[in-house]
Amino acid sequence: MKPAPFAWHAPEDVAEALALKASHGEAARFLAGGQSLVPAMNFRVAQPAVLVDLNRVSALDSLNFDAAGGLRIGAMCRYRRIERDAEVARHLPLLVEALAEVAHPQIRTRGTLAGNLSHADPASEMPAVMLALEARFLLRRQGGERLVAARDFFLGPLATALAEDEMLAEIHIPALPPGSGTAFLEVARRRGDYAMMGVAAVLRRGPDGRCVAARLALCSAGPTPILADRAAANLVGTRLTGEDFAAAAALVVTEIDPMGSVQASPAYQRHLAGVLVPRALALAAERAA
Amino acid sequence: MNSFGRPLTRNEDPRLLRGEALFVDDVELPGLLHVTFFRSPHAHAHLLSLDVSAARARAGVVAVVTAADLGDYWQPGPLLVPPPPVPGMVFNQRCQVPLVRDTARHVGEPVAMVIAESRYIAEDAVGDIFAEWETLPAVGDLEAALAPGAAFVHADLGTNVAAEVHQARGDYVAAARSAHLVLKRRFTYDRGASIPMETRGVVAQWDPRADRLTVWDTTQAPVVIRNGLAAMLGLSERQVRVVAPNIGGGFGPKMMMFYPEEVLVPWAAMRLGRPVKWIEDRLEHFFSTTHERSQIHDAEIALDASGKILGIKDEFLHDTGAYDPYGLTVPLNSQCTLLGCYVVPAYDSRFTAVFTNRTLVTPYRGAGRQHGVFVMERLLDLAARELGLDRAEIRRRNFIPADAFPFDQGVIYQDFSQLSYDSGDYEPILDKALAAIGYDDFVARVQPAARAAGRSLGLGLVCYVEGTGIGPYEGAKVQVQSSGKVSLATGIGSQGQGHATAFAQVVAEQLGVDLRDVEVTTGDTDQFYWGVGTFASRGAVVAGSAAHEAAKVVRQKVLRTAAAHFECAEEDLVLADGKVHVAGVPDHAITLGKLAGLANPMRGAVTPGTEPGLEATSYFGPASGATASGVHAMIVEFDAGTLRPTILDYVVVHDCGTVINPLILAGQIHGGVAQGIGNAFFEQLAWDENGQLLNASLADYLIPTALDVPRMRLEHTVTPSPLNPLGVKGAGEAGAIPVGALFAQAIEDALDLPARGIEILEMPLSPCRLWEITQRG
Amino acid sequence: MKVTIRVNGVEHTREVEPRLLLSDFLRHEIGLTGTHVGCEHGVCGACTILWDGAPARSCLAFAVQAEGHEIRTVEGLAPAPGKLNPLQQAFQDAHGLQCGYCTPGILMTMTAFLEDNPKPDEAQVREALSGNLCRCTGYQHIVDAVLLASQA
Repeated sequence: MKPAPFAWHAPEDVAEALALKASHGEAARFLAGGQSLVPAMNFRVAQPAVLVDLNRVSALDSLNFDAAGGLRIGAMCRYRRIERDAEVARHLPLLVEALAEVAHPQIRTRGTLAGNLSHADPASEMPAVMLALEARFLLRRQGGERLVAARDFFLGPLATALAEDEMLAEIHIPALPPGSGTAFLEVARRRGDYAMMGVAAVLRRGPDGRCVAARLALCSAGPTPILADRAAANLVGTRLTGEDFAAAAALVVTEIDPMGSVQASPAYQRHLAGVLVPRALALAAERAA
Repeated sequence: MNSFGRPLTRNEDPRLLRGEALFVDDVELPGLLHVTFFRSPHAHAHLLSLDVSAARARAGVVAVVTAADLGDYWQPGPLLVPPPPVPGMVFNQRCQVPLVRDTARHVGEPVAMVIAESRYIAEDAVGDIFAEWETLPAVGDLEAALAPGAAFVHADLGTNVAAEVHQARGDYVAAARSAHLVLKRRFTYDRGASIPMETRGVVAQWDPRADRLTVWDTTQAPVVIRNGLAAMLGLSERQVRVVAPNIGGGFGPKMMMFYPEEVLVPWAAMRLGRPVKWIEDRLEHFFSTTHERSQIHDAEIALDASGKILGIKDEFLHDTGAYDPYGLTVPLNSQCTLLGCYVVPAYDSRFTAVFTNRTLVTPYRGAGRQHGVFVMERLLDLAARELGLDRAEIRRRNFIPADAFPFDQGVIYQDFSQLSYDSGDYEPILDKALAAIGYDDFVARVQPAARAAGRSLGLGLVCYVEGTGIGPYEGAKVQVQSSGKVSLATGIGSQGQGHATAFAQVVAEQLGVDLRDVEVTTGDTDQFYWGVGTFASRGAVVAGSAAHEAAKVVRQKVLRTAAAHFECAEEDLVLADGKVHVAGVPDHAITLGKLAGLANPMRGAVTPGTEPGLEATSYFGPASGATASGVHAMIVEFDAGTLRPTILDYVVVHDCGTVINPLILAGQIHGGVAQGIGNAFFEQLAWDENGQLLNASLADYLIPTALDVPRMRLEHTVTPSPLNPLGVKGAGEAGAIPVGALFAQAIEDALDLPARGIEILEMPLSPCRLWEITQRG
Repeated sequence: MKVTIRVNGVEHTREVEPRLLLSDFLRHEIGLTGTHVGCEHGVCGACTILWDGAPARSCLAFAVQAEGHEIRTVEGLAPAPGKLNPLQQAFQDAHGLQCGYCTPGILMTMTAFLEDNPKPDEAQVREALSGNLCRCTGYQHIVDAVLLASQA
């Protein structure tokens, strides 16, 4: 299990990185934390001829929060930094709660959020969390950039809206308005494994306690992370009772399309969604109080 | 300063903790070449053509070896364990081959060996190899394999039957006829893998000046490998040194397999005149290191109205994989261990071992005992329910009474001797376990209260025996060095069992030296010539007893030499703290090191017949195996929604005779339980209909983590074995054996499945599988 | 290409291919064979080293990437030749290892963990340990060893 040979480039600024990617095209892959790409290379499932290593692009290792712009996370910002950041913990606890389920500390030391999102594994927690938080992704290429909403980014298993010459350069996550509560729950076989089912819930209560906004996103629930729009819409206006959560769960089960794995059949995954959705909503509602 | 029986810390630890200990992949030699294999991508296929020319042409590749290149060296491997002397037995021997010549019989079977300047280049060259295959139907399902029209794993046999063994005593038919209750069920147990953290590896070096071959091998049986390699390579045994240095876990599959890689790497080193290394990677490990466990049992039990067993009938299929070099050890263990702690007046057991297009099956921790325990304990649970008996009570009523030992079971065991339990006393073990887990309180109060609160708590309670410490023999050499330290060498290998400490305790006890002053060497055939191997929980029993015997002889030599020195009688001497003195005169002591010097005089003449040195070699061969026993009890809570378990309490009460080191024993049991938990609820090899393994990675094949294994509480009882001088019984497999049965019972209890007409009759389980089973009700 | 990597405070310069894994560099280029390799896909944790003080899988990084960083391995733990540091000593005292193959990775993980959490409880230790697989011990004595070290 040794990787195939590749040409290694380690640029120090973004422009150089983008130029390298543009010139090598699909033969090249960006290397960020490497915690998904390198195992794939060790198995020789991935054999990129060129690696454009972003680890020396210090400008990409950024993490900034302000109330207006929300959270901005650069492509080389590692999980370890995010999960230990006091501002993130205060303003976006959903991110921290879900990060605890992402592999293990040894992986989070080097793993990056942008790398994970670019990999677009539908079983991964972070893509679903990005949907729940209405994140937008800044995609950069030589001579241009665009902002893509998370819900338009994930196209299929390991498939994204990234063009061949584009880099997911920055993740923008808006701050949650007051009255919001969030929760992430998943069921995995073991700690740190990919979820058999995972649910990210974001709720907001109005002054009267009723739900004024809701978002539910699920991982391991289909070929992409799934935003359960109908279930979420149905929650708006309710008092967020157990019955409301059960109704949401019943809808979610119709909105997902789990693919099954060695660990879980699609039927069991649906069952899990039905179990987890009310639990996650109850937790989020409690936190929104 | 007795060390025997005390929880002493280990001699081997400091080097391991500093990263200094030598493992096979740590061997670096000048000019070392690296091997990897081109392996069959198919479970069953004819190899039509093989083109290795591009691989040979790649820069950095030194050789690519195919079956054709091996010439006469291409031979099926040896039959390691012959079939048992059971009348009417059928055994079809088909041992694995070094490289596929015409037919691949499991995914990952080696087809060509690539030897290059680096492992990286060798793997590049594997990508250059082109093979043309004609795929054949893959045999996987055990029943389909025996049905008309099945493809044959070995076409020349005309059947997929690898073996048939029938053992019976008493009259089961009559027992069933007179029974109050007869229950019949089908039980299945699926495949798992041992997954030592260190994969296998072999390094070989031919030294033309010394005319010797040295092989570093992750084997549990270096002496057997030495002997076999010498024979295959046309060398005398003294020309071959096999070293099993520190081994990163073995658990059975690192035994004496003569794996293809094990046979090919030394051959290549001799051919090429350069040292050669092959380190199995984790992907290879899943396909090429042996597996265990698949069996299907159709079993029935006949009982009287009081719950006493009248008889048991069992017919089972055993998956032996593509080849059967390890004979019938695993299904024989299943057949024998099923009888458990119980009096079974009539027993009728027949098994059919079946060839499949899957990786070979050989013993893995428990080695078939799990299956037997699972079937028996499940039958008792079902019977107890039918009869309205408490699960502890039905077991108690059927225990072999304490005064019935030695107890002859009337069947032939894996060591080919009549299965006879040497000693045991089962009721105290059960009583201790019931008290420790708080059985009465759980049943009367805890579980009802939990149920009322909507929680799914269940208890498991199962009994088992473990046949351990079988022959034929092991040996040990004990020698007092002139430094005063004592060396001990034995032929078995060590894979973490703490032999360097436990054997040192045995020797220190006899020679009155500090534990740290006993230097133990295991697994180096140049240090000790004879031996068999570490398996079947036999290291402490057999090699430990040999060490004891050798140390006793050295003790006599020490005293004789000291008596001559002090000119006194041996009875007047005191041997302690590494010194000998005359009783009452401790200030005039002579060290063991000085005595070793006196025992090896450089001048003068010795009396005829005198052997130099304070040294002895002894061998020990038990007539039959020692039978350990125990009870596991567990309280588990299930999340009723997700069906994930949380183990709240786990108790093991175990009797393995005299205990040499309680700390090491605890570690053995903890580790066994962890593997048992994996086997019960996490680990299952998944295959598709083409014989492709679907979860060949540690991300998909789930080894329990620290969060999945609970804190365990251990208690012991001691019925010494009369079969060896130490009174010890083996303990290596006890932790793992009963856990499947334990989970099955606890799951039924926690989820109140009997009330829904649901029975747990299969292992392993998972949350998903358990959910599917509960949907059936 | 030529790289210079600082391991346990000592700089090592070697000519390597970019694809050389850091684990192979440590083990086979500079002979620090205490770091073990158990899976090469980032799951087992045997190859865990400290990368600028934080635990990381050395099988999931290329050696060339380690230039400019401080790598620490099991060989860097003992205070002096032939000695054990308090964590290592606790592992011996509590019988926290059997075959010892996973042990170096666990020591590195726990070294970083104890720096962050000097007085952990058992649940925290088990959580932190869950990224390292051990097949021998059932973890109980490892947990005991870490708790013992934290009480020193």
